[in-house]
Amino acid sequence: MNLDFTPFLLSFKLAFFTTVILLVIGIPFAWFLSSTKSRFKPVLEAISALPIVLPPSVLGFYLLVFLSQSSPVGKFFEEVFNIKLVFTFEGLVVASSIYSFPFMIQPLQNGFENVPKNIIEASYLSGKGKIETLFKVILPNMKTFLLTAVIITFAHTVGEFGVVLMVGGSIPGKTEVASVAIYDYVETLDYKSAHIYSLIMLAISFAVLLFVYMFNEKQKKRFL
Amino acid sequence: MIKVNIRKKLHGSGGEMELKCDFTIEKNNFLAISGPSGSGKTTLLRIIAGLEECEGEIIIESEIWQNERMKLPPQKREVGFVFQDFALFPNMNVLENLLYVKKDKKFANELLEMTGLTELAKRYPNTLSGGQKQRVALCRALMRKPKILLMDEPFSALDMSMREKLQNDIIEFHRKFDLTTIMVSHSPSEIYRLSNKMIVLNNGKIEKFASPKELLLKTSGSAKFAFEGKIIDIVEVDVINIAVISIANQIVEVVISKKEAKELKIGDKVIVSSKAYNPLIRKMMSD
Repeated sequence: MNLDFTPFLLSFKLAFFTTVILLVIGIPFAWFLSSTKSRFKPVLEAISALPIVLPPSVLGFYLLVFLSQSSPVGKFFEEVFNIKLVFTFEGLVVASSIYSFPFMIQPLQNGFENVPKNIIEASYLSGKGKIETLFKVILPNMKTFLLTAVIITFAHTVGEFGVVLMVGGSIPGKTEVASVAIYDYVETLDYKSAHIYSLIMLAISFAVLLFVYMFNEKQKKRFL
Repeated sequence: MIKVNIRKKLHGSGGEMELKCDFTIEKNNFLAISGPSGSGKTTLLRIIAGLEECEGEIIIESEIWQNERMKLPPQKREVGFVFQDFALFPNMNVLENLLYVKKDKKFANELLEMTGLTELAKRYPNTLSGGQKQRVALCRALMRKPKILLMDEPFSALDMSMREKLQNDIIEFHRKFDLTTIMVSHSPSEIYRLSNKMIVLNNGKIEKFASPKELLLKTSGSAKFAFEGKIIDIVEVDVINIAVISIANQIVEVVISKKEAKELKIGDKVIVSSKAYNPLIRKMMSD
């Protein structure tokens, strides 16, 4: 039989873009959360954790409404960048970035809070500014958290289903990612393909998690 | 000249308190700050380094670090800071820790040589002993050629022999680099050995400001030697009374009169002194 790997490629492409975007947004946001004493911190934390508890259908529905061409955001993207956000790959990236947001933020925030304050102060007292301190002292000393954030975000994006189905539809070659493809196979009673796809997903997910836990164990030994 | 005149409200364990210090020391002085915990010693040090906000002014050798109108961030203050728990960068080896401050390999190697750390240059902090870590931290603090060296209980995490070694290094650095040093310390022997000025802080205020000799030598009048101790028991034996007193790590018994026994109670702080006899010193162990 001829197995089509496009859904997997799409899944990985989506996860890659989502992870990169979230890393760029997540590092400053998580740093802010870890160091702020603002009264609004719990509000921000609650909002950023929402995608964990919301049913994907609720999130998907709001995103669909929010990103459609009749909404201000959808209009803005269409007029300025000529990008449609509903039933397109670009839309999936935006939706995934929101859906996977907490999976990037929380490990990073833990990581920032875990770096001893006095080595940050020691860096300032060495005459180094905030940016240099971030890249040369803080981030290198929270590698396990960084890796966890990146891998979990990536894996979680590969594994998402409800939101991509609602925002992306299931357009083969465009928005039909692996998880959605499995659903389609089951619906058309093609259990053999569903099995193969599912097994591949299972194997990849397990390998990724195993790698993260093994790496973290090794790092712990190195720094303690 | 180093002039510090600052005020800051602190929320300590004992409620609100105001840290209010006004003192001046000369260049090349070695100032020790002592006092009970929670008296504001570390905060004072952090204020001078620019790590904490406060009101008032700090002038270091005619350079204004802070006054009513401006405040230099820690990055702009030529200060070396040695933390109680070392605060070395775990992701850098010993040499990299030093070079992070300033890319001056020659000076870094010179400092490592002076402290006997040359062989450890490529080692990472987690493989070093406490004493080695603190010497690395001291070298790192000097990489900036600071106008003032601040040390927050640098010896507290070290054992006795390590303390001695580090004290020697500090004395050597202080002389060689014309440093002005401010050190927070609890240990009278360290203060006596290293410093030439001493502040006793209590409840955020300067209680005493003099030379360590004046403040630490307990002997007064014609007493030959004197120790501070605490009464842990008073026992009546026949016609005499014996006070059991703990001095440092030792327990001693002192005969006291009935009248004295009435005036003293368990827990009292006392000075045990002697003047009629010559104290004898017997060597126990070479260093």
